[in-house]
Amino acid sequence: MTRVMAQLAMVMNLDKCIGCHTCSVTCKQAWTNRAGMEYVWFNNVETRPGQGYPRTYQDQEKWKGGWELGRNGRLRLKAGGRLRKLLTIFANPLMPSINDYYEPWTYDYDRLFSAPVSEDTPVARPRSLITGEPTKIRWSANWDDNLAGAPELAPADPVLRKVSGEVKLEFERAFMFYLPRICEHCLNPSCVASCPSGAMYKRSEDGIVLVDQDRCRGWRMCVTGCPYKKVYFNHRTGKAEKCTFCYPRVEVGIPTVCAETCVGRLRYIGLILYDADRVAEAASVKDEKALLEAQKSVMLDPHDPEVIAAARESGIPEDWLEAAKRSPIHKLIFEYGVALPLHPEYRTMPMVWYIPPLSPVVDVLTNTGHDGEKAGNLFGAIDALRIPIGYLAEIFSAGDPEPVRAVLRRLAAMRSYMRDVNLGRDRDESIAAEVGMTGETIEEMYRLLAIAAYNERY
Amino acid sequence: MSRIDGPVDDALLKLGRHLRRGQVGEDLRTLHQIGGRRGDVFYRDRWSHDKVVRSTHGVNCTGSCSWKVYVKDGIITWEAQQTDYPSVGGDRPEYEPRGCPRGAAFSWYTYSPTRVRFPYARGVLVEMYREAKARLGDPVAAWAEITSDPDKRRRYQSIRGKGGLVRVTWEEAAEIVAAAHVHTIKTYGPDRVAGFSPIPAMSMASHAVGARFISMIGGTMLSFYDWYADLPVASPQVFGDQTDVPESADWWDAAYLMLWGSNVPVTRTPDAHYMAEARYRGQKVVVMAPDYNDAAKFADEWLAPHPGTDGALAMAMGHVILKEFFVERETPHFVDYVKRFTDLPFLVRLREHDGGGYVPGKFLTAADLGEEGEEAAFKTVLLDRRTGEPVVPGGSLGFRYSEEGQGRWNLDLGDVDPTLTLIDEEEAVPVSLPRFDPAAEAEDGGGVLHRGVPVRRVGGHLVTTVFDLLLAQYGVGRDGMPGQWPAGYDDPAVPYTPAWQEKITSVPAAAAARIAREFARNAEESKGRSMIILGAGTNHWFHSDTMYRAFLALVTLTGCQGVNGGGWAHYVGQEKCRPITGWAQLAFGLDWKRPPRQMIGTAYFYLHTDQWRYDAHTADVVASPLGSGVFNGKTSVDLLSQSARMGWMPSYPTFNRNSLDLADEAEASGREAGPYIAEQVQAGELGFACEDPDAPENWPRVLTVWRANLLGSSAKGNEYFLRHLLGTDSSVRAEELGPDQRPKDVTWREEGPRGKLDLLLSLDFRMTSTTLFSDIVLPAATWYEKHDLSSTDMHPFVHAFTPAIDPPWQTRTDFAAFHAIAKAFSTLARTHLGVRKDLVAAPLLHDTPDELANPHGLVRDWRETGQTPVPGRTFPKVVVVERDYGAIAEQMAALGPLADRLGATTKGITFDVEAEVERLRRINGTVHGGVAEGRPSLATDVQMCETILALSGTTNGHLAAQGFATLARRTGTDMSGLADEHRQITFADTQARPVPVITSPEWSGSETDGRRYSAFTINLEHRKPWHTLTGRQHFYLDHDWMQEAGETMPVYRPPLNTAALVDAAAGAGDGVAVRYLTPHSKWSIHSEYQDNLLMLTLSRGGPTIWMSPADAARAGISDNDWVEAVNRNGVVVARAVVSHRMPDGTVYMYHAQERVVDVPKSETSGRRGGIHNSLTRLLLKPTHLIGGYAQLSFAFNYLGPTGHQRDEITVIRRRSQEVDY
Repeated sequence: MTRVMAQLAMVMNLDKCIGCHTCSVTCKQAWTNRAGMEYVWFNNVETRPGQGYPRTYQDQEKWKGGWELGRNGRLRLKAGGRLRKLLTIFANPLMPSINDYYEPWTYDYDRLFSAPVSEDTPVARPRSLITGEPTKIRWSANWDDNLAGAPELAPADPVLRKVSGEVKLEFERAFMFYLPRICEHCLNPSCVASCPSGAMYKRSEDGIVLVDQDRCRGWRMCVTGCPYKKVYFNHRTGKAEKCTFCYPRVEVGIPTVCAETCVGRLRYIGLILYDADRVAEAASVKDEKALLEAQKSVMLDPHDPEVIAAARESGIPEDWLEAAKRSPIHKLIFEYGVALPLHPEYRTMPMVWYIPPLSPVVDVLTNTGHDGEKAGNLFGAIDALRIPIGYLAEIFSAGDPEPVRAVLRRLAAMRSYMRDVNLGRDRDESIAAEVGMTGETIEEMYRLLAIAAYNERY
Repeated sequence: MSRIDGPVDDALLKLGRHLRRGQVGEDLRTLHQIGGRRGDVFYRDRWSHDKVVRSTHGVNCTGSCSWKVYVKDGIITWEAQQTDYPSVGGDRPEYEPRGCPRGAAFSWYTYSPTRVRFPYARGVLVEMYREAKARLGDPVAAWAEITSDPDKRRRYQSIRGKGGLVRVTWEEAAEIVAAAHVHTIKTYGPDRVAGFSPIPAMSMASHAVGARFISMIGGTMLSFYDWYADLPVASPQVFGDQTDVPESADWWDAAYLMLWGSNVPVTRTPDAHYMAEARYRGQKVVVMAPDYNDAAKFADEWLAPHPGTDGALAMAMGHVILKEFFVERETPHFVDYVKRFTDLPFLVRLREHDGGGYVPGKFLTAADLGEEGEEAAFKTVLLDRRTGEPVVPGGSLGFRYSEEGQGRWNLDLGDVDPTLTLIDEEEAVPVSLPRFDPAAEAEDGGGVLHRGVPVRRVGGHLVTTVFDLLLAQYGVGRDGMPGQWPAGYDDPAVPYTPAWQEKITSVPAAAAARIAREFARNAEESKGRSMIILGAGTNHWFHSDTMYRAFLALVTLTGCQGVNGGGWAHYVGQEKCRPITGWAQLAFGLDWKRPPRQMIGTAYFYLHTDQWRYDAHTADVVASPLGSGVFNGKTSVDLLSQSARMGWMPSYPTFNRNSLDLADEAEASGREAGPYIAEQVQAGELGFACEDPDAPENWPRVLTVWRANLLGSSAKGNEYFLRHLLGTDSSVRAEELGPDQRPKDVTWREEGPRGKLDLLLSLDFRMTSTTLFSDIVLPAATWYEKHDLSSTDMHPFVHAFTPAIDPPWQTRTDFAAFHAIAKAFSTLARTHLGVRKDLVAAPLLHDTPDELANPHGLVRDWRETGQTPVPGRTFPKVVVVERDYGAIAEQMAALGPLADRLGATTKGITFDVEAEVERLRRINGTVHGGVAEGRPSLATDVQMCETILALSGTTNGHLAAQGFATLARRTGTDMSGLADEHRQITFADTQARPVPVITSPEWSGSETDGRRYSAFTINLEHRKPWHTLTGRQHFYLDHDWMQEAGETMPVYRPPLNTAALVDAAAGAGDGVAVRYLTPHSKWSIHSEYQDNLLMLTLSRGGPTIWMSPADAARAGISDNDWVEAVNRNGVVVARAVVSHRMPDGTVYMYHAQERVVDVPKSETSGRRGGIHNSLTRLLLKPTHLIGGYAQLSFAFNYLGPTGHQRDEITVIRRRSQEVDY
């Protein structure tokens, strides 16, 4: 008997992300603009290629976040099991320092009013919020935004290092995209498993992963355990804090702050039903490239009568079942097959998924008289897009280019198919067939990706 | 069951299982807890709030987003976007949730340490004032003494910007401000008082209240749209319209979209989604940008022309379109469009040129064919293809104001089929055309091309069509045409082929040709749904008007303009105050006095910051090799004064004497004021102030800045402002002009004045470069603390600001502040000024019969011809206005009688507002007693908002309908159905939710039936003429000065300073010489937010300059190094951002990073580093000074010289990494 659980999940369509950071600011303003949390952004946006926040967090050889398979084929925390945790509880070296995030600062704004008559114009100089001393700013919450400093800094991007052979950081081949990140609210959360105090938990009704502020003892093993580095330490209270999926909001039926305020309209929130008992098994699949399918296999079809029956048995209320059927998340992952998880190879079964971005074709193709309007050429162009597929694959499919290519082909097909509709030409079913879809499905997907209003996105 | 970890771990977990509440999964790795969530309370508490208030941000962006402001315990906590915009119909993306990170960070300011909480004043000044007032017993006398004593002046002026501000009371601050105004008006004249506050749309009442005060006392309001270089001068030139563009939801309708110099994700953040989403509809997106920018990420293709060369690319694309879609194959849709809606079929006379051959001359008019009457010279002529005979179609300017034109000012052609080309005629003659590309000199014939056009004789005149001239200009040859033509697209030698542009722009010729072809083909198939979004990247150049005319040619030739989803989409500046009629009525005090004084901002600052004293760029630099030499030896300031004395452009301060005294003098003479003044000027008894701007009696004396940060943001030539206008230290490095470089018509005084302004007053809620340099700083309420109205061109809504909290500390709304100033002013003015007559000199205005003043655009300078100047024809109009200075406060607080007596006029349509005034009496209540007895009250900000809405067609359906009826009488076409709603929008409506506006003749597009707004759809669909000479969109401009500049048609002109770049590079030493650009920033809206801690934390925490790795390497610069950028105008200290997304040879210092945050002292100057505009300086383009002729006539923020800032270069070098503050 399947044990069905409900999970709140999010999909972000990176193809629409404008990198504006509104999500970061509204989240920060609502949740973390307070003492001890100055450096904390539950939601942040990274320019890729880039080092990320905290710096190089994706380098699990260094930070040891997430899970790995032991020689016995069993999952274990990459940073070591419980025993090792106990032994290193007072001196955990696998944790980003404040410099890996950034040293928060403010300015002597008061000088602008208080300066007496002087030789020169008053100025507010920066001052560290850690030491209180004047400082030269060397890193920030988003230092390498828009490829800032990329020639010096991007080579340290752990993802770029894996595909460095394909990528040159030069003007003619420049590419970038934005990666907004919140807590993944994983099905198999390594932060929860890392907590020696039992303070972290995954809510039964909606899968939101939380820190019990009363029980947290500030060991910070969760910080190490999370491969996404989305659990933070509050220096004032000595407790861990993290993205709460805005539970005080979602509990009353409004979306998370980051989703509601996303002006790119690229975030979708919905319910997913999954088989809780198959999580560990799926996370233990040997081949990293098979993890994507394994995770999908844990997620259940909300239209399947057996699933519905089992869900009822598991105590999931009727309106939640309805929500699961309407879930844009389920549609994007399964019906349209365009969303992919973030680093499935961490084996945490993340529940914030992404639609990878299209990008301009490289000039080489432009010069050959390439006609971007022709559907056939669009497909051909997928491998000539500026963002190397290999780079995307290292982020969304454990290095396997095929799932990424398949998504990009579907997006391209949608554009090509819809162009005919837009211009009043006959609909060309062959375009849809080429990517394993029907025209009808493409038009439904188009509606969800392009038009979906507030009520359809969440 | 799959297992994880090892046996020891399992044992530990099993143990743990017994110690926990809740249910542990079989794999021991999941724990599900029920209940026991006290630990979650913290976040629930944090989320709880007392109320949510709807407001918006009055910042100079085009967002006009609706926001939820959260308040808890009387404290603003944070903000998030509203999502309840009225639906756009369900077939396209909705507007929600408009916003951006900057707006989301706004509440930080409310309680931030940079919040101005109290009134401040310069301590030294206050001490002197108090002492003098105590001694003299009168505020005005005290101010007079301080400002007329050179030592005392120097004492407070020389320490401007150097600290020493002290707190004062509101009463004292208002008294000093009032005294300064009264003294200035009395001693020098009211036009020595000025106000600067831009972009009314971003908070209409806050703008209007101050502008109303300035205007009613006779002061000068300075324009901003042209000053900001956001005005595309090509728009008045081509469309006869300031700027009218589609809302962002109309991008959705485009099937082909080019983003040209516009970084939409950064500069139109709330709107960018329409572009991202329209791609899913199959829209193709092409981005033209010199760097790999945020918009390029969304493109299908990215073309990277060298900065400022975009015009060359556009000309080549025009070449391809003309050749493939007009000559090789006639595209019916395009041909039909250009015949009906452009000047292409109209006839132009050819003139023999001294150098031999012909040059294009003036439009052939009915007057040339012998028709009598004044307007005949404004009726243009075309040939009817059916009869071969000349025809004078309706719709041209000659039909707009005349009696017989009533009902004929329209685009109906009847049975007439305009002849586009005379190719079937037997005769062809070569015409000479100027070229300005860098290769011009090297090629045969220098800067002149000789290309044939087919001709015939009409009424004794040798004529051809604009279309035939255009083909010659673009180099599109036809069989039998004499002259030099390109061999093909791959001919690099001759303009304007794709290969020719490749040499200039670096964009591959094949790509240029292909994109042009795709763009046109898409327009053909979609019937005009090809769009170009244009931005500051192409608009902020000296020659941006020529670039823009090349862009506009692309959308006009392809029939895209006036079509939903097509045409130009110029987004630079938030110019669209949708309820414009009501706002203008209040802002300029038109309900009490007309005309107001409105000045072209660029010229004002060019003169009064003495940048002209350094400007060696003479007017003949822009002259065509085919010109007659009228610019020869003249400087820009010479032409500026010429423009002023002919009444083309406004000029304030106007005369070298007090306009109050002049009014008395004129009255005493017993003659009409106009002729009297004209004679005095001609006789040399009276001079124009602009002819001797450095004479103390001609200085501006009092400047009030609100809703703006002049000195931290828009002040091009910032260091010159500091030196000459303010009289404090600066880092100007340039030399003044040598004796042989100086102007002819403008007096050169040996010593450039230091410190012209007696008083700089600013109102703000945060400390900026402007407040630091101000003599008095008044603490303003923020956008979450007042009532006001907002609208934008990007969406069709009007909505409200509503206070979430009362203004805290001693802050006040702009409304309250200006009323306090007005009261203090009136008290002092009652005795010092009383009731006075004021002689106002006004320029020839667009959309009035003034634009008939100069037939054929002939220059008639009375000083050169010796003829007596005629006010309103060859001289400014002269109007005497009576001002009751003691009653200004009372008048400000009431809607005056001229509103109902004279009506309210926008773009030539006069609305009768009598009924609306009556309604306002009921809504606002009336004034009892005093000069405003019985008038509707304007005593509160809400009443002001209500009045703006009531007096505008866009927000009052009765007026919209009335306006269309008025218009239909003139056009004779059917305007019914456009505004049948008769909806009246109240202030309360706008507070409840954003409200869609009503289609109105104030604008050129239609929103009727929920349609998305696109410009000029009314023109196309209701055959309403454009406000131009021909009544059509203009490719050809025949004004004398346009001919002199060689810009009668679209043409490529390269960026300035290209040669200087080479020189500077040679002398750069350990630095690197680069082109210096200041595009709009991701982390600020101009200077707003660039000091905001959240934005600083998300970026690099202070001023930066972006540069390419190669340029950085050349100067030994690493990422985040401190660098100095130095040129003749000043010094900037910043940190370097090295990125491979930057092209070589160009750096970006994002606009507007000012000196308040993390700017150390410069090694070069020893002084505080400057702002981004410390490296720029103003140059005037003479053609922007044209006036008094059809669409080339002045209107406020409609036409005037632009304060462009892109044609600048600098040397950047690595400095010592030890910095000193």
